[in-house]
Amino acid sequence: MPLIDKSTFEELKQMSGADFINELIDAFLDDGPHMLTQMETALINKDGVSFRRNAHSLKSNANTFGATELGALAKELELMGRENNLEIGDRLEVLKGSFEKVAEELKGMRS
Amino acid sequence: MKSTREPGHLLVVDDNQVNRILLARGLEGDGHKVETAENGKQALEKLRSESFDLVLLDIEMPEMDGYEVLETCLQDAELREIPIIMTSSLDEINSVVKCVELGAEDYLNKPVNPILLRARVNASLEKKRLRDEQRKLFRTFATKEVADELIRSGFSLGGKYVHASVMFADIRSYTTFTEKEDPVEIIDLLNNYFALMFDAIVSYHGTINQMAGDGFMAIFGAPIHREDHREQSVRAALEMIKLVKGFNIQQAAQNKVQIKIGIGIASGRVIAGYTGSQHRATYTCVGDTVNLASRIESHTKVADHPILIDQYTRENLPTDIEVEALGPILFKGKQQAINTFVVKPK
Repeated sequence: MPLIDKSTFEELKQMSGADFINELIDAFLDDGPHMLTQMETALINKDGVSFRRNAHSLKSNANTFGATELGALAKELELMGRENNLEIGDRLEVLKGSFEKVAEELKGMRS
Repeated sequence: MKSTREPGHLLVVDDNQVNRILLARGLEGDGHKVETAENGKQALEKLRSESFDLVLLDIEMPEMDGYEVLETCLQDAELREIPIIMTSSLDEINSVVKCVELGAEDYLNKPVNPILLRARVNASLEKKRLRDEQRKLFRTFATKEVADELIRSGFSLGGKYVHASVMFADIRSYTTFTEKEDPVEIIDLLNNYFALMFDAIVSYHGTINQMAGDGFMAIFGAPIHREDHREQSVRAALEMIKLVKGFNIQQAAQNKVQIKIGIGIASGRVIAGYTGSQHRATYTCVGDTVNLASRIESHTKVADHPILIDQYTRENLPTDIEVEALGPILFKGKQQAINTFVVKPK
């Protein structure tokens, strides 16, 4: 599975050009680590709502850029959060790893 | 692709920065003026301080979520008219259905497809523009509540019985100081006069539903029922007399025509409904009560009192309204004499 689905990314880029895609990538790079930290905190506090909400936002952003794998991982955690099941094993670490790879890739895709 | 339509003032509400940028830039590219809010609370603050044409609303948000914003807007007379498009991810489809059932205008799936975004936003703005125009048209003749009700009910052409007060008003005489009547001055006078009268009627929750020459008919207590339609109609009449008095003072100062008016009110059961065709309809009231109100109004000239009302209108009036019995009067076309009362202007 490619890290970023090129056709989704191109579609996004075409919507309104170079300035716009850079602004979006920056927002993604800024917000992503924050969402991951919030998920970690939520796990410690056993706060299913915050866990789910942050997983949801990360999923939404991943899908916007065509980061299919990251999106699927985030969705899996969102659903677990929805059921208030916070026995997630290593899934958050896997999610973080996926985010790092996507972030690196996106940095190189700035116009 | 630039839109050829009129730009709108839009509010994008989403807790996710990427989504906010995505939606805002897409819509700005289409010529709209866009503002953003990060949660429901911020959104309501903005909605209450500025006027917006459309809201794009996320469901899942901290502080106050999309449901709460939607429900608050729908219950608020000022915000109710702003169309709201829900934005959500595909797996929230159940939530979206709930929002549309609650009264959201439409929905969009995230990630948002730019073509769909443009189409839905423009369609919603166009619908709002048409509704605003209709409302503006009705507002000339009716209160905001009635205008809203007319738009909501969609002008079903069926009739029904309602309890209401019917008012007829007419200019009884024109007093000129000069021999000749100036047509420009008369039309000018009528326009000023109608503006004052409609203002009085609408502020007492009445609706003007017929105009003929210098006379008109108004109804109180319909299309939206009010228990106090009799009192409201009489208070509107008193206000009209007061306004005409002030109007005459102004006219006299400019050496212009002065007027005397007559107002007749009858209350009771009337048949009300929209008549006409789908393209041109008016809210009409017919029945004995309507005929009686018209007869009573004609009688103001004979009685030399500006406001006359029937027995049923007189019952239940608060004591601060001064009323005097005129006795039973046999009106043309009626079998029985009707107890008629004079309302004394203050």
